[in-house]
Amino acid sequence: MPKPVAARWFRIVYGLSVAALAISGMAQMPIFKRYYLADIPGLGWLAHYFVTHHVHYFAALPFLGITIYAFVRYLRDWRRGMRLSALGLARALVVGVLIASGVLRVLKNRPDLFFGPALVQALDFVHLGAAVLFGLLVLAAVLARRKPYLVASAAAGSGGGAHLG
Amino acid sequence: MSDTTRASRQSRRGFLQALGAMGAAAVLPGTAEAAARREELATLHDLSRCIGCGACVTACRETNARKHPNPQKPFPKMLPNRVKVSDWSERRDVTDRLTPYNWLTIQSISVEHAGRTHEIHIPRRCMHCQNPPCANLCPWGAARKQADGIVRIEDDACMGGSKCRSVCPWMIPQRQTGVGIYLDLLPSLAGNGVMFKCDRCYDRIEQGQLPACVEICPLEVQKIGPREKIVARAHELAERMGGYLYGETENGGTNTIYVSPVPFEKLDAALDADTAQGRPHLGPAPDRLGLEQKLAWAFVAAPLAGLAAGLRAGRKKDA
Ligand code: HEM
Ligand code: SF4
Ligand code: SF4
Repeated sequence: MPKPVAARWFRIVYGLSVAALAISGMAQMPIFKRYYLADIPGLGWLAHYFVTHHVHYFAALPFLGITIYAFVRYLRDWRRGMRLSALGLARALVVGVLIASGVLRVLKNRPDLFFGPALVQALDFVHLGAAVLFGLLVLAAVLARRKPYLVASAAAGSGGGAHLG
Repeated sequence: MSDTTRASRQSRRGFLQALGAMGAAAVLPGTAEAAARREELATLHDLSRCIGCGACVTACRETNARKHPNPQKPFPKMLPNRVKVSDWSERRDVTDRLTPYNWLTIQSISVEHAGRTHEIHIPRRCMHCQNPPCANLCPWGAARKQADGIVRIEDDACMGGSKCRSVCPWMIPQRQTGVGIYLDLLPSLAGNGVMFKCDRCYDRIEQGQLPACVEICPLEVQKIGPREKIVARAHELAERMGGYLYGETENGGTNTIYVSPVPFEKLDAALDADTAQGRPHLGPAPDRLGLEQKLAWAFVAAPLAGLAAGLRAGRKKDA
């Protein structure tokens, strides 16, 4: 295994916040109760919309912090000798869309900011679409055994990958 | 001319017509101008005047009959059979609770207060919250808030999953199975109809007319106007009658303000309220999206922290 570029704490925070966002995000749709998943002991909270909404908010915070951190590190350090793999680039772009649409949804939930119905609906579908796409890309990366976002660039020539997330 | 300007000119003209016809009683001054500027309008219910005649209920049903559901039967089978079918189509006449066919219901109670017995009638419908959880949390953008303060559910975008009802402090929206887009998608697996509730006659407002319930009321229980004016009027009225307010601050603020000569705690205690059964309570309703507002600063702090950490770590050699 090539040595991951990002530290262990980074990968743990990233992985946990993505998992929490994905689960609490899915729970924004009325499906967990309908499909009895919320009946499984310990999973009852999945059917409580405000609980899952708060989880999504709280998970979005470390996720925002850490993606900005990674972006800065990429621009300043990680770019050297490394490049984004195709699946890495795709996931990074989708994460950008998730963040942009997610932040707009957070703003929309404020009483002092008014978004028209059409914009709200568009944001709903963009955020949901991006979440689904992100899930598919992660699945593809796992299946293709190309999980690292960053790989050694041709110039560096080591051929190996490096783990970021 | 854009659609918006056309609509607002029309609504301005119409509101002036309504003003003329109504002798200005139900419409506060400045309403036409506020409507033209697409500002939030609110309504005020003077509960000391309502006699519970039910004219508004009838007017609402007749005016909005064309929006009521006409479900196809038999209903699609649900897989798994967890969610119950919600069918009101055989009970369209019910008026003593909210249903998909009855968007306004009157709660009547007799209460003692300050040595007097009061007969209080409370017309109940959607409060048109200022920051409505039903609309903010709808996964499909079907429940929506308009610039004029109306919160409504777009029937051809609603899946009938009933989330709006679960997150509403008063559980206002009501489900009818067997209608809506879910029938064209995966009816057995997702969705269960369409949610219905008061839309404050948005289409009439667009035409510059009053909501049917406001217009019909023989006792002029309701007033409509720009929100600040309605709030001011509600406070004046409450002061004059030694009364109480409900709706100004509930759920963070709504566009429906009740003024009653009896405290709302007493009304709520006397009510045979069964919120889950379309008979909404009048109790405390804290802001359902309150924590979300308090977290705002964290959404500024988190990216800044990430930025700072990235810049600092970047200077050092390792991650
Ligand atoms: C990996 C990242 C993320 C995933 C997988 C994800 C997934 C989802 C999903 C599936 C939904 C429900 C579908 C919908 O209603 O559109 C949702 C809703 C939502 N997401 Fe995310 N999300 C992510 C990141 C974020 C971020 C970073 C924010 C905020 C900065 C955010 C804010 C929201 C909000 C506010 C809602 C929901 C309801 C509302 O509008 O209040 N999400 N998310
Ligand atoms: S405003 Fe219109 S829809 Fe709402 S209760 Fe009155 S008549 Fe019904
Ligand atoms: S009263 Fe309920 S249905 Fe009406 S706007 Fe508020 S949350 Fe939505």
